[in-house]
Amino acid sequence: MLSRVAESVYWMSRQIERAENLARFLEVTLHLILDQPENLVDPWEPLVRVTGDEEWFKEKYGAPNQENVVNFLAFDEEYPNSMLTCLRAARENARGVREKLSSEAFEQINEFYLFVHEASRNESLDRTSKFFDEIRQQTLLWSGVLESTMAQDSAWHFANVGRMLERADKTSRILDVKYFNLLPSVEHVGTAIDDMQWSALLLAISGFEAYRRDYHEIDIPNVVGFFLFNRTFPRSVHRCVASAGWSLGEIDQASCNQSSSKSSEKVDALKHRLAHTQVEEVLAGGMHEFVDLLQRELNDIGNTLAEDYFQAPISA
Amino acid sequence: MQSQSQSQMTDTNSTSANYPRLNDYQPEGFYDEVVCADSVARPDSVALVDLLNRLPAGELIRRQRAIERSLYQMGITFTVYSDAEGTEKIMPFDIIPRIISASVWSDVELGLKQRIRALNRFLDDVYNDRQIINEGLIPANIVDSCPQYLPQCVGLKPPAGVWCHITGTDLVRDNEGSVFVLEDNLRCPSGVSYVLQNRAVMKKNFPRAFADSSVRPVNDYPARLYQMLRRMAPNDMLNPTVVVLTPGVYNSAYYEHSFLAHQMGVELVEGRDLLVENDHVFMLTTDGRQQVDVIYRRVDDTFLDPEVFNKKSVLGVPGLMRAYRAGNVALANAPGTGVADDKVVYAFVPEMIRYYLGEEPILNNVPTYLCQRDDDRKYVLEHLDELVVKAAGESGGYGILIGPHATNEQRAEFAEKIRENPRNYVAQPTLQLSRVPTMTGESLEGRHVDLRPYILCEGPDDVWVLPGGLTRVALKKGSLVVNSSQGGGSKDTWVVASPGQIVARP
Repeated sequence: MLSRVAESVYWMSRQIERAENLARFLEVTLHLILDQPENLVDPWEPLVRVTGDEEWFKEKYGAPNQENVVNFLAFDEEYPNSMLTCLRAARENARGVREKLSSEAFEQINEFYLFVHEASRNESLDRTSKFFDEIRQQTLLWSGVLESTMAQDSAWHFANVGRMLERADKTSRILDVKYFNLLPSVEHVGTAIDDMQWSALLLAISGFEAYRRDYHEIDIPNVVGFFLFNRTFPRSVHRCVASAGWSLGEIDQASCNQSSSKSSEKVDALKHRLAHTQVEEVLAGGMHEFVDLLQRELNDIGNTLAEDYFQAPISA
Repeated sequence: MQSQSQSQMTDTNSTSANYPRLNDYQPEGFYDEVVCADSVARPDSVALVDLLNRLPAGELIRRQRAIERSLYQMGITFTVYSDAEGTEKIMPFDIIPRIISASVWSDVELGLKQRIRALNRFLDDVYNDRQIINEGLIPANIVDSCPQYLPQCVGLKPPAGVWCHITGTDLVRDNEGSVFVLEDNLRCPSGVSYVLQNRAVMKKNFPRAFADSSVRPVNDYPARLYQMLRRMAPNDMLNPTVVVLTPGVYNSAYYEHSFLAHQMGVELVEGRDLLVENDHVFMLTTDGRQQVDVIYRRVDDTFLDPEVFNKKSVLGVPGLMRAYRAGNVALANAPGTGVADDKVVYAFVPEMIRYYLGEEPILNNVPTYLCQRDDDRKYVLEHLDELVVKAAGESGGYGILIGPHATNEQRAEFAEKIRENPRNYVAQPTLQLSRVPTMTGESLEGRHVDLRPYILCEGPDDVWVLPGGLTRVALKKGSLVVNSSQGGGSKDTWVVASPGQIVARP
């Protein structure tokens, strides 16, 4: 397929996944403040921190609170990674490759964008759970449309790679935020409040029920393991990396080139490492360090992908 | 002034007592395509008028809104350039279809085929031997001064002698219902995607009236287009790579480019996706380079190849014309076709038909005064309040003076322009365009329409006309300007089948 088209499909899919994860962050935080004792911990500041754009935020909004963080992450037209701008960019990308998508897929992106766009203009909108419920419906529809209306050709696989790399990155960030910022203090570890916060994290990746089935009780090594290494849950880092690796393999198979691409090799290496690392090692070496390295590896895979497929090849 | 052929094309005005009258509707003395002067349905519109009379109050507007919403959701939009947010609008759509009888259509079809055959011969001639000029039928300066005449194309010999593979001719009907050609669009005519989408939503909303009207199908257009493009491939290749070349997402017709590529199952490429090497065209894929054999290009002539035309073009492909001249890639349409749809050259099309085909024109031209002729100019300047004046180099409804609707100031301004640059102006009598019932608020009123049928040409005498086309409607009361950039909308066009012709299924 055209390099430009592959790149657009990849980014379109990443941007939608990014918007979805922002909604998940916000939704779970809104739940959290309903549940927890007042003023125990400020849940909004970590959400800003997780974006890596704290400076930008502070300059525009000052101190984080519910209203401005929701506005920042959901509707800020100036912030290049808000839900609204992600969806607008996704839709622009989709428009550029529309003939490669199913009609349903394009219409779903269009509708999703229009929904958030209209919400951003609606001052009286209840920007709490009902809105986020609807967002979640939209994202589920998107997944379903992608699965059931598109041929699993190279375009689909590029979309899947984008989706999975973004999801792996965001899952690891959710974990990272909790570990460093949500803990009010050491004495809360292992208490009901701590339990509740870990549960909230699991809810953020829709993993609470799946986790409960496997482990019943909240236990930090198990939760960390679930986030990073679970082999069956669709939002665990390992599962995402494996799925990206599968798609890259399919892309390589469909191409005339005999060998597998550099990005494919890098994804396989990461998958191998994730399959052979123990939670204990992660906790002992520092989870933040582990997550940090993971994110750098994911970025590197993204760059290699661009070199392998998106930039005009020099020779046939 | 050109003499006009007098073909008669009025419908049979049968006002049988059994035909229903359209309630609360007056044709107001105009030629109405759905009803006769007494508001009684024309024979082919009986099912439609019956339905309109039967619908409960408010139902029509409800369906109209539902259709608009679904067009918006489908993203069938054009971009509004001036809006920073990249706002898209749907092309306004009107729910009442325009119905064309089988007998009118059969003349239109014959006339269009004849016209395309002549225009293709003219293009081949004017860029090669120039016989029609040498024999004095068209003055050389009219051709040479045409901005769309491209000296870079002199000596081109497109395969099979076909220059315009895809044409969208603008037709109008006057107050007697006679059909006239208003304009030949031989470059990159757009709008066919609206024809197909309008049909799809109408079938959904009026299945019964549609089925009862025995309408000819339009949905095989993409398949026919693809067949034609495929057969254009160099060296009779069996499995050529066909692509659609678009200027990109910011082009106002981008939706259509994407739609056609999607429907044909071919790649939609931009100039930056292509490169030329050793006079062959390649596209850049995730899998290396792939040769391209046929390009349906929706990029204007002068942007096609910066090596030959506009040096600053970033929309085109450097070297494309080399590959084309070498016969390694086919282009639809060929570059240079614009010379034949120039508004001045238009006046000579009846001559072309006589000269190249030895036939009398089947379709009328609108009588046209050429301001560069002294007599014509004098007449035009004296009758500005009756005429429509058009700038030869403009399109999209710009650069037009509709004399009877203009102010004295506007007329004075045009008089000045005509004196300054007479070659650039033509004038035509103001036709009372036919009307079709159209939703205005809650009720139906007549609005003026034109029609753009789409024509595919595979060989000099192998021409196919899509039964139907884009009916554009001037939504403003009394307005004669149908362009979407000027407040026009569109309607579905129902061409009625003759006995034995294929009928579209709802």
